[in-house]
Amino acid sequence: MKVALFVPCYVDQFYPQVGIASLQLLEKLGVKAEFPAAQTCCGQPLANSGCEKDALPIYRHYVDTFSDYDYVVAPSGSCVYHVRKHFDKLEQTPAVQQVRTSAYDLIDFITTVLGVTEIPGTFPHRVGLHLSCHGQRGLHQANESEITPVRDGQLRRLLGSLNGIELTELDRNDECCGFGGTFCVSEAAISARMGQDRVADHERNGTTVLTGGDMSCLMHLEGIVRRRQLPMRVLHAAEILNGTLS
Amino acid sequence: MNHATRAAKFVGDADRTTWHDETLWFVRAKRDKAVYAVPEFQDLRELASQIKDHTLSKLDTYLEQFEEQAKRNGVHIHWAADAAEHNAIILDIIRQHNATRVVKSKSMLTEECHLNPHLLSNGIEVVDTDLGERIIQLRDEAPSHLVLPAIHLKKEDVGETFFKHLGTAKGEVDPQVLTEAARQHLRARFLAAEVAISGVNFAVAETGGVVVCTNEGNADLGVNLAHVHIAAMGIEKLIPRLSDLAVFTRLLARSATGQPVTTYTSHYTKPAAGKEMHIVIVDNGRTKQLGRPDFRASLKCIRCGACMNTCPVYRRSGGHSYDFTVPGPIGAILSPNIDMKKHSSLPFASTLCGSCSDVCPVKIDIHTQLYKWRQVLGEANEIPASKKWSMKLMGRLLTSPKAFGVGGKLARHGIKYLPYSLTHARHFNVWAVARELPTPPKQSFREWYQQQANTTA
Repeated sequence: MKVALFVPCYVDQFYPQVGIASLQLLEKLGVKAEFPAAQTCCGQPLANSGCEKDALPIYRHYVDTFSDYDYVVAPSGSCVYHVRKHFDKLEQTPAVQQVRTSAYDLIDFITTVLGVTEIPGTFPHRVGLHLSCHGQRGLHQANESEITPVRDGQLRRLLGSLNGIELTELDRNDECCGFGGTFCVSEAAISARMGQDRVADHERNGTTVLTGGDMSCLMHLEGIVRRRQLPMRVLHAAEILNGTLS
Repeated sequence: MNHATRAAKFVGDADRTTWHDETLWFVRAKRDKAVYAVPEFQDLRELASQIKDHTLSKLDTYLEQFEEQAKRNGVHIHWAADAAEHNAIILDIIRQHNATRVVKSKSMLTEECHLNPHLLSNGIEVVDTDLGERIIQLRDEAPSHLVLPAIHLKKEDVGETFFKHLGTAKGEVDPQVLTEAARQHLRARFLAAEVAISGVNFAVAETGGVVVCTNEGNADLGVNLAHVHIAAMGIEKLIPRLSDLAVFTRLLARSATGQPVTTYTSHYTKPAAGKEMHIVIVDNGRTKQLGRPDFRASLKCIRCGACMNTCPVYRRSGGHSYDFTVPGPIGAILSPNIDMKKHSSLPFASTLCGSCSDVCPVKIDIHTQLYKWRQVLGEANEIPASKKWSMKLMGRLLTSPKAFGVGGKLARHGIKYLPYSLTHARHFNVWAVARELPTPPKQSFREWYQQQANTTA
């Protein structure tokens, strides 16, 4: 099994520890992933801004970089969703089809492809889960509250297997955090308010460690947590599952 | 003014925003409870979606069938290509009866066509009879929600409005007292009305009848008291058979308010003895939308408002921030069809979280259409030039691993070494208005990875 790690552009530059944790976690689970040095970005920021045409060269570059792999794993449901769904704009060559079907979110890869249901480890903290919309509604990693009241999902199950962990139950389990890519800047006022409300829900319900599968939502929420100087740590789920921090 | 500017104004009142958000979330939660209780709800959604797809694919046939059946029932049928024709037809019918007093039961189509100002300027008194509609009519405002038009107002606002217009005591906020005042005020209008205008929730091709769903019973009261009933409907309101109706009535109220069914589901098929019934069938841009394959499904909308209640952006920005008759996610895909320039910011007033699509009772792919509208607007140069320019630059940067590495390093070092007051200056870094920037790490992931490779080699 030839696996590549795709480290999203902002994770590469600002959250290298998330890339490192992803790599090490995969290794612990018996997968040696490569990091192709030519990788840059999936092109989502441009496409979400209405500039899909300008993103096409980035899509092609992504395909050139990753089409030789059986799986391309990324610690970000949002980028994976973008590759799977919006690379339909390219001519559907075998290489393009390969990267679209091989793209996997890290947590999805661990549970679906590797079939792992439990992670050995201890994390004695009260952990609040931020379900990212693209992971949950786009990739169906957890049930949507619009469709069903069942509040389960891949990440919740994996985290739940850690010793000593306590998962918080939120007032609004799967409300969007308000990041939304360029939305966080073009609609800054609403974006900030949504993030503040999201953080407040975690605060109210006793979260001391805020986590999720998508670093982009967490970057936005972390920005709010730190501005408000709250005693809450924000970690990508890979960091917790890898046991880098306990 | 774009959506972001209007939204920033609304969210500036933090307490009101909290109240607005919580009120609508309460409705969404009520909807969930009602929906979870129906095990076949997802099958109903699928069925409704298919019925609407089918109807839209043969819309011409069903419209003709509807017209023929309605005429056979003794109903007058009128066709209006646009808002102006719709308004002219209705004014003409009213004038033919030498009428001056009209009551109306909520119709978003007449709002869309701006019928009220047209009638008023022609000397016709037109009174909206739904409580929420009447409140905003007195305040000279537009509805801020499809189903709850005055949801942006608190009881104190209503008390103030009724004090000014209906003579209630100053500072009166008791809902019972205010409702009673409205009831007495409206009763006089109902009794005096010569013509009643209503909207249409569903038009049944097989029977030629129209169905209106209300919770206040005001459509019935208006129609049964007045001599003439005018029903205004968009061409997309059709369903093929009466037996299809149950699918939609089960979905509509549950999705809208969490009720099993609306209090009144009124069927109007033919005029009562000695009375007249007219149906105005309106296009006003709908065939244009029907001709756009990417956006055709938006015509399946049954106007339940569930996408608004669930939308985290709508709940915090209020309906008026959309500046369109139909606000929220569905409005943001309907409005650019009517005026792309004016409404160019609306498809961007979303995080694309997808909750709107999941909650939609007829399975409209709302967030996918929002994404597609963004591309149409980008191609038509209806997005800010600065955005277009920076995205082009980013496109170049992100196709070159080398340029990307250098650019990233510059950004990291910028945040690290420039003074906080500069990196977090709110007038050119809006991110920093409410959020801290990430702490820049010593090295990027790719630098770390390279270092590892070098050490092991």
